[in-house]
Amino acid sequence: MNLHEYQAKQLLAQHGVEVPGGEPCTTADEARSIAEKLFADGHKMVVMKIQIHSGGRGKGVFKDGFKGGVHLCKTAGEVHEKASAMLGNTIVTKQTGEAGRKVHTLLVASAEKIVSEFYLAVLLDRETSQPLIMVSREGGVDIEEVAETNPDAIVKLQVDPLLGLQPFQARNLAKALGLTGRLIHSGAKLIAGVYKTWWECDASMVEINPLCIVENPDGSQKVAAVDAKISIDGNSLYRHKDIAEMRDLNEEAELEVEASKFDLNYIKLDGNVACLVNGAGLAMSTMDAIKHYGGDPANFLDVGGGATKEQVTAAFQIILKDPNVKAILVNIFGGIMNCNTIAEGVVAAAEETHLTLPLVVRLEGNNVEAGRKTLSESGISLITADSMADAAKKVVSEAAA
Amino acid sequence: MAILVKPDTKVLVQGITGSFGGRHTQLSLEYGSQIVAGVTPGKAGQKFEDQVPIFDSVKEAVQESGATASAIFVPPPFAADAILEAADAGLELVVAITEGIPVRDMIEVKAALRGSATRLVGPNCPGIVTPGTGENSHGGCRIGIAPGYIHKAGDIGVISRSGTLTYEAVWQLTCNGLGQSTCVGIGGDPVPGSTHLDIIKLFNDDPDTRGIIMIGEIGGSAEEEAAAWIKENCKKPVAGFIAGTTAPPGRRMGHAGAIISGGKGTAEAKIEAMEDAGISVAETPSQMAEALIKIL
Repeated sequence: MNLHEYQAKQLLAQHGVEVPGGEPCTTADEARSIAEKLFADGHKMVVMKIQIHSGGRGKGVFKDGFKGGVHLCKTAGEVHEKASAMLGNTIVTKQTGEAGRKVHTLLVASAEKIVSEFYLAVLLDRETSQPLIMVSREGGVDIEEVAETNPDAIVKLQVDPLLGLQPFQARNLAKALGLTGRLIHSGAKLIAGVYKTWWECDASMVEINPLCIVENPDGSQKVAAVDAKISIDGNSLYRHKDIAEMRDLNEEAELEVEASKFDLNYIKLDGNVACLVNGAGLAMSTMDAIKHYGGDPANFLDVGGGATKEQVTAAFQIILKDPNVKAILVNIFGGIMNCNTIAEGVVAAAEETHLTLPLVVRLEGNNVEAGRKTLSESGISLITADSMADAAKKVVSEAAA
Repeated sequence: MAILVKPDTKVLVQGITGSFGGRHTQLSLEYGSQIVAGVTPGKAGQKFEDQVPIFDSVKEAVQESGATASAIFVPPPFAADAILEAADAGLELVVAITEGIPVRDMIEVKAALRGSATRLVGPNCPGIVTPGTGENSHGGCRIGIAPGYIHKAGDIGVISRSGTLTYEAVWQLTCNGLGQSTCVGIGGDPVPGSTHLDIIKLFNDDPDTRGIIMIGEIGGSAEEEAAAWIKENCKKPVAGFIAGTTAPPGRRMGHAGAIISGGKGTAEAKIEAMEDAGISVAETPSQMAEALIKIL
């Protein structure tokens, strides 16, 4: 589950990480009053950032032509004006696709005087099954690009999960960033706080980019997390009620939210061949088979190991809400699951949804004869297939017809 | 023979009184597997289906039944504890079926098991089947949730991260008259107890395994690591398949571990590494058995 920047910064601050002062808001009036408070505290400039789960916000363009999802303002009036232009408006960035994303929330924060920029991330190292901290002196840029062009600039540290990050390790990472003197302690404290956030919040990833040396009004310096991205391990949400409430359904595709209500794992794609499969691996490879025979999958859909008639019906309804779909492939390997139950579900769903699209069904496994009989005697129009390859070929040719 | 479990391996079930654990324990008993004990804290003295004695702790269950392997069906919040309890009781093999265990719990479990004699398979996996020689492979050892009847005793080893895709491969083998020595589902989580490589090594050393099917999917680099080892060390023909060629980057495809992130873990990279290692990679999931038969 992805979090917004302002939510990420709230969690980081709770774990002792220095973040620029600021608050989220959903109206222009709120934006102005947050800005007024920041100016009253002595800040010379505020930054306002749209809160969407997508990168490239600064360079994005709104549908009405207004430019940029990140703005620096020197007066509260300016903040109000820009907030009015952005809230409720839809922005297109390099990551949103043409449909863009509607802006519901802004973060208004103090604009720090940045001296230098670094990169910091904590994630799981899948090769060793240990936490991995990555730091780089090249901050504020795409880390994947750094990894490609200048891999030596990235310093990695594996943490023993049973011991946790030790203070000397955090200091060494701070030194690796080139921090000196008192800033080593400021940096080490921040790195330790970010690791703690990752661990205690069950994060999949915490990324601070940029991590900055900033100058205080009195000229002294400190290390702060100027931007932050956090994603949380969905399996852990049962023990983080507060974080679970941070889920923003506005940021998720409507059909995917609908599917999750029925415990269906659905991901919308751009093709026109829909598929309904039991099991994640089989669902992925069904998409691959469709592609292999020249088609384009419209979705990933795993109905799980013990799908019920209700789930199959819900799955059909979700598939049919995608206007691109031209044909449907049902691929079920009923190991333990009774194929006849699935067949009954398919028949009920086809009748309930008044299905007119071509439907190809491949059933294999437990009680398959009864399942095939249910399908053939149902009177619904469908094409049967006897292997995945056969099914994929048939559904691709139906979609192209 | 087989790897990890034999038809006479004594198995206990943690979470035997839950509906999911109970149902699959019943199916394992019907398959002829030696399910000798169950564990549900607080329910000692009861019997599962008037047949399998239930104990409060794994230690007691092991002492009384002589079980050497465990199947874990307990819900995610209690699963890490169940795995550690099984290891503490000295079981040789622990198979965690539970789906949805937080990654952090598995990081801790994996660190705690380092150097331990206990082998963990899973979590979020279909389990292990060593087929028996009876009708529909009856009499084998079935730990987990795989359908027993699709198997056939023989000499092909199967290893996979996915459940139904494993069944697909096993069914293709059986339909082609090729039996299996053992089929191992290592699970779809980002922190697995055993990797492809761990299991491939066991198959390589097993005198009764003649060929191997290795099924992988997007995410991580476990398939590449296995391929590199196979290239240098494996004495047996290996066929393979990778699911997720069409998966978009950055999206989790059902399994928690099936995600392409930062350009890593793509199907293309895995297929390339496997082909480079001389593995016969099936073009479509319908051709997994065929890919192996070609090189046997």
